[in-house]
Amino acid sequence: MSTTSGAAGAPPAGSDPPALEARGLGIRNRDGWALRSCDFRVPRGAVAGLVGPNGDGKSSLLAVAAGLRAPTEGTLRVLGHRPGTSPVLPRVALLLQDRPLHAAFTVAETLRYGREMNPAWDDATARSVVAGADVPLRAKVGHLSGGQRTCVALALALGKRPDVLLLDEPMADLDPLRRHAMMAALMTVNAEHGTTVVMSSHILAELDLVCDYVLLLAHGRMLVADDVEFVQAAHTLVTHTLDGQDPPGSGAAYGRRTGAAEGDPGGSLPDELLGHTVVEARTTGRQLTAMIQLPTSLDGAGAAEPPTLEEILLAYLRNPEAPPLLAPADEPAAGATARPLLPRGQDAESDR
Amino acid sequence: MVTYRIERRSGVAAYQQIVRQTKQALRLGQLAPGDKLPSAAEVVAATAINPNTVLKAYRELESEGLVEARQGVGTFVRRSLAQPGAAADSPLRDGLRAWMAAARAADLGREDVAALLTAALDESFPRAADARLPGAGTHRTHEHD
Repeated sequence: MSTTSGAAGAPPAGSDPPALEARGLGIRNRDGWALRSCDFRVPRGAVAGLVGPNGDGKSSLLAVAAGLRAPTEGTLRVLGHRPGTSPVLPRVALLLQDRPLHAAFTVAETLRYGREMNPAWDDATARSVVAGADVPLRAKVGHLSGGQRTCVALALALGKRPDVLLLDEPMADLDPLRRHAMMAALMTVNAEHGTTVVMSSHILAELDLVCDYVLLLAHGRMLVADDVEFVQAAHTLVTHTLDGQDPPGSGAAYGRRTGAAEGDPGGSLPDELLGHTVVEARTTGRQLTAMIQLPTSLDGAGAAEPPTLEEILLAYLRNPEAPPLLAPADEPAAGATARPLLPRGQDAESDR
Repeated sequence: MVTYRIERRSGVAAYQQIVRQTKQALRLGQLAPGDKLPSAAEVVAATAINPNTVLKAYRELESEGLVEARQGVGTFVRRSLAQPGAAADSPLRDGLRAWMAAARAADLGREDVAALLTAALDESFPRAADARLPGAGTHRTHEHD
């Protein structure tokens, strides 16, 4: 449901190619593979959070999507086209982490430059972003603070009126007021124009209430790529009190162990969890806490509750071997992980 | 027009907060039939939340028959939840105001008053068995209050 942003009155995705679609994507940096055998998609109109540890390939992936560099293997399509080619160049805007701007320009000159470079320039939006961030128009860009530069760069990106907005750590150097103003501006263009937003962040809490799609990239793998609602509905946090005969005190006994899905029946996991896809399990004393895929009620479990998005993402981050949860493409690439068939929540029906 | 306030750490889903605040406004008569709810773009410009959250809340209100979406125009209130006894100038509201003044005079704090009110509310209007907070029950069920 999140994918077709009814707010924008945009036509349903239907035959339109997704905003981003990766098949067998691999990106190799100087010090090794940032990403390998990666299949994922971002539907049009989504606000997607790209999360993962620093240095794990988020910036590389955005650079490939913007056409700044080529993938090492596989393909990435943006709105159905090769990144950086003429059909998509005017439709994609990128906010780089170092916010490159002409230091000698004033803010007003920077905006005029944007207007002259972009035929579809939306001056009102660009100016309101700058005004909302309290950046003086006459100031030289070279004299701005990091946060002010970010706001000017974002004004340029939004003024371009792109269909896909790629943002690398957009909120990293913003104070709380500017952060709120920038998020509000992003959500407004998404609501009014159906603009797809893909933003990287290593701060999971930033995504709360903002993103409706999540991409979790860690250790060279895409671990999660799906609707936030679906991801939340597809996980359960189970608390389990261990039997008395189990030797307690071995705090890490169950840590970083996956269940049946990885072909490891989880020798030391309690019987109740066997046959479930365990993302991560940890023990504290006699208490076992496990994040499992599928909303199941487990017999014998102490408690099962819906986890927050942050809890789910942390569980994947702590266990890089976790079985990935990826929304299926129309024609899944060979070897793509099949998604379990789940009953969806009443509001989570999808048109994928 | 209502203004929504989204509490990020309240543990209540954001769409549910919008549903509740709309119903509150309908109960208090701040929203009346024919009134227009703010557009998704207006809400997200003020709150910086995802537009789908607003649309989901409006869909839920619509499914309960409280509002209706008119294509290309907006979402409008269909039905009020205001009880005559709850109107701004009703004797019940006056009585409550007097009680609040007495509580303040007795040096009670906000939390003391809230605790008293909750206790009195539960005594006179017992909760239905299934009226638990979200998260207490089965997975992802939606609360209808």
